[in-house]
Amino acid sequence: MSKNNTVFVGENKNFWDRNRRSGGYLLKKRLGQIAISVIRGLLMFGLCFMIIQPLLTRFSMSLMQEKDLYDSTIILLPRNVTLDNYRIVAELTDLKAIGGNWHFNALLNTLWVSVLISALTIISTTLVAYGFARYNFRGKKFWFACVIAVIIIPPQTIQSALYMNFANFDILKIFTLFGVNAEGLNFGQRLLSVVDGTGVGLIQLLTGSALNLRANVSAYAIMALTCMGLKNGLYIYIMRQYFQGIPTSLEEAAYVDGCGTLHTFVKIMLPDALPTIASCFLFSFVWQWTDIFYTRLFLPITSISTYSNQMASMVTKMSRYFSADSSVAVVVPNGRQQQLISIAVLICAIPLVILYLFTQRTFVESLAMSGSKE
Amino acid sequence: MSGGRKPVTMQQRRARTGYLFILPFIIGFILFMARPMIQSLIMSLSDVRIVPGQGYQMTWIGLDNYHTAMAVDPYFNQYITDEIGRMVINTIATLVLSFVIAVILNQDFKGRTLARAIFFLPVILSSGVLPGIESQNEFYDMMAGVAESVEGAAGVNISASLQNLLSVSGVGSGVFDVVFQMIDAIYDIVMASGIQIIIFLTGLQAISPSLYEAADVEGCTAWESFWKITFPMVSPLLLVNCIYTIVDFFMKNDNRVMERITEVMYKDFKFGVSSAMSWIYFGVALVFIVLSSFIITKAVKSAQ
Repeated sequence: MSKNNTVFVGENKNFWDRNRRSGGYLLKKRLGQIAISVIRGLLMFGLCFMIIQPLLTRFSMSLMQEKDLYDSTIILLPRNVTLDNYRIVAELTDLKAIGGNWHFNALLNTLWVSVLISALTIISTTLVAYGFARYNFRGKKFWFACVIAVIIIPPQTIQSALYMNFANFDILKIFTLFGVNAEGLNFGQRLLSVVDGTGVGLIQLLTGSALNLRANVSAYAIMALTCMGLKNGLYIYIMRQYFQGIPTSLEEAAYVDGCGTLHTFVKIMLPDALPTIASCFLFSFVWQWTDIFYTRLFLPITSISTYSNQMASMVTKMSRYFSADSSVAVVVPNGRQQQLISIAVLICAIPLVILYLFTQRTFVESLAMSGSKE
Repeated sequence: MSGGRKPVTMQQRRARTGYLFILPFIIGFILFMARPMIQSLIMSLSDVRIVPGQGYQMTWIGLDNYHTAMAVDPYFNQYITDEIGRMVINTIATLVLSFVIAVILNQDFKGRTLARAIFFLPVILSSGVLPGIESQNEFYDMMAGVAESVEGAAGVNISASLQNLLSVSGVGSGVFDVVFQMIDAIYDIVMASGIQIIIFLTGLQAISPSLYEAADVEGCTAWESFWKITFPMVSPLLLVNCIYTIVDFFMKNDNRVMERITEVMYKDFKFGVSSAMSWIYFGVALVFIVLSSFIITKAVKSAQ
């Protein structure tokens, strides 16, 4: 009431007096306000609880011994507390040698892959976003429409083609057109082979077989460098939005003073855009950390064991892990399976939640900033 | 500038620099987007076989793969209709819920910062492998079942008795199914609406407070100013959010269509069929995106 800075005639009188004077209006208004804040509080509390609750349930369940899972009198709090489940999950997901030491291989691999890929992604998308924001050239509208297309087209549409491309990577696949390995193909089929990727390329011509780039991180690095990785269209869009909001006068001043294009970009624009770049980097890092689509496509579990891959293959490993004789698979009860999976989810999520707690502002605020400049 | 070359104007030079900046994207788009699109289109029309050491071979078979995907595959058809139904309900619910939450988060109340932090948490926690694995909720269902049977033994089972009561009093069971479906889905919906809340929130913050003051002076109630100011100002963002929600939903890993496509590809190695499935799926997604943007643009125009 004092917030409104309104001076009522009966300022010093008590509430009921003032209510009587206003003919019941004040009481009605007050009750309305209280009702709204109670409903709001309940709604907020309920929804927040719903988001947090699975984490808590998972945590308490992760401490239960197996027999607690089947005891119907135990719902939330474990009766027999154990940390053994974490050891089992660690052994299943390549964080610890079976019966040996902790080496955290899967998480460390995930860490360096995520940092590398998001760094490459951010470098390329920042350059592209700057190009779109500041320069005018013919075909700009067309290429920006392509950025939107990249956001909309699900990468799953092209996953088999990408798989084929990188499993048999080659450059200049035009030699079938000129008759290499082309017995029994007519001209139309030869021409088609250039387009559909079945043609013989330069590397195959020289070494006899195409390269399998799926065996290491290079295929994915190429994708990240050319803005075709996970959600890269979105980062281009966000950063272009931000760059467009920065006044051009700074750059013009720099040009007048004889600063080169790249120099201006690095020295003037980048420091200004750092918060947005940081938030895009964080998004990229977090999404990459949990990503399974590109990871399965480019980093098969046999080459680099990342945590998301290990998680996905955990269930199949379990049946052998729990049998005494490793050649015989046993059936792991469903409840036990789910318990171990939720521990794996916890292990995956905890680093991210900690990261989020420290960088929450960067995540939310700078995205909000780039949006409002529209 | 020397010799017979035409002098380059400032504009041309800047255009060239611009192209240099977006060159990575152009290369990437042509090599890793446009070409794979064409390839996968051709693949979906051919029989693909892997030849050890020589890559792969393709034989043109026309629309057979599409026929396999739609008529022969036992799951694909059913999954795709299921997912579309889920998508329609989820998209509408997500839009409404995220708008309401954004409006609330834009108000001043105690613990607002904490609430904002929590609502944004799902953006992190429901990405990639996590929802796919979490969606196998059998364990939690089992636990719930146990709890229910315990309650039943003790003689108190509120939801079941309520359901009994209502069905006795003549409300159709179909209504119940829809209601319970939405209640079941509310978790998914909240988990999927982090980004949408942020987008709406930025829109709300961009509205100048003076508009509300003016409306207040003119005697507008809060309800009226919500519909006359807040809603029209934010409604253009509805389209952005709607498209984002649809795309997000279609690309989720816990989507059963997606699971089926991946299964056909990595387990059965039927690349042709999996490409055909992805194209059908993409076609359906595109139809929904175009349809919803058409409807929303119309609605927004008529609202303003």
